[in-house]
Amino acid sequence: MSAPAITMDVRRIGDGVAVVDIKGEVTAACEPVLMSAYEAASDGRTSRLVLNFAGLEYMNSGGIGMLVTLLVRANRQRQQLSAYGLSEHYREIFELTRLDEAITIYDSEESALNGVVR
Amino acid sequence: MTETAGPDRVRSAEQIGLSAREAAAMPPPHQAPAAGPDPARNGPPRNAAKAAGPRDAAKAAGPRDAASWAKKIDRLEVNSRDGVRGTNVAGRRLTGPVQGFGKMWQKTYRMKAGSRIEPERAIATWREHFPEFWPKGNRFAGALTGINPGDVALLDLAIGGGVKLSTGVFVLYADAESFTLMTPQGHMFAGWITFSAEREGPQDGAETIVQALVLMRANDPLYEVAMTFGGHRKEDKFWAATLTALGERLGLPDPKVETKSVCVDTKRQWRHANNIWQNSMIRSVMQTLTFRRNKQAT
Repeated sequence: MSAPAITMDVRRIGDGVAVVDIKGEVTAACEPVLMSAYEAASDGRTSRLVLNFAGLEYMNSGGIGMLVTLLVRANRQRQQLSAYGLSEHYREIFELTRLDEAITIYDSEESALNGVVR
Repeated sequence: MTETAGPDRVRSAEQIGLSAREAAAMPPPHQAPAAGPDPARNGPPRNAAKAAGPRDAAKAAGPRDAASWAKKIDRLEVNSRDGVRGTNVAGRRLTGPVQGFGKMWQKTYRMKAGSRIEPERAIATWREHFPEFWPKGNRFAGALTGINPGDVALLDLAIGGGVKLSTGVFVLYADAESFTLMTPQGHMFAGWITFSAEREGPQDGAETIVQALVLMRANDPLYEVAMTFGGHRKEDKFWAATLTALGERLGLPDPKVETKSVCVDTKRQWRHANNIWQNSMIRSVMQTLTFRRNKQAT
């Protein structure tokens, strides 16, 4: 499996909300990185997880599959999953794969944290 | 809301402790794979931009994966194809694992292809001759040019009693190293299947692994029952036979396929139970009966 060219920084914002800043390439190879980030973000009190895709450089279908797996884990913990920072191209991929029906997409971090869809 | 804790940085695989074997299996970071069967249409391979020049230049040219993804569609449009009925596809929406009903499964079918076959060659062969590797009795009518992003293929699948299940698939993604098919409403499963090939093992003895990875939920309650009572076994046999046929085409003396199934989510999504209205199996049976009755009448 290729080396995942990705970093994920976890920020806790207030109580129960965590933002994961994704920078690099989202492929199936980065599953260990994403799951480690998920565990770092889920401290037992986290009810909302926000994925920041502003630094996304590349994503293939394996990456989309990995996001579905993350979604299942989040649902199991009754956590809400949302995203922002997607370029038009990646937003269309979320819509094409109908992932946007389960992961709410926002325009900015502020709207994601406030829960306001554009 | 503005209170922000310091970042917990999670870095790439080698920094989070992948095994020595996995680390040794990783190719050089700037190695650009060979082009796929149709590089003009599919765009550059994943690492091409890195090899070509500065990151900024690649950014200006748009996302590197842009040509590999299908353009956004709301509903499928199809042209008729010889040899298949071609029903239950036009006007349907695509369905991913989020829209399915049953338990969510991740199934992996893997075949060792040895060290002499490059991953790009395996995928090029698979894309170009995809229908030829399907087990007898099943038909895949795709575009004449092979598998390309945005294509819709029509399927006739043998389900017994002389009935063919007519449905289709959409080519969601394709590049030199992998391609992915996504299912429409009414298909047995909601999800996608990714066919890929990559090098694994220590650098001096790395070999190519070819695999099909299915991420799916049964589309409705009827399919869930059918999958539980024999459907999964049938599907496992189907993809094992397909990979074996590919292995034979690639010249492997004794292709062997390993199968692994993991239930990712044991929950059923009852809010999607009414997917049954689109069920292609029920519709195919009715279409077959109507066809036979009309034939007898004439």
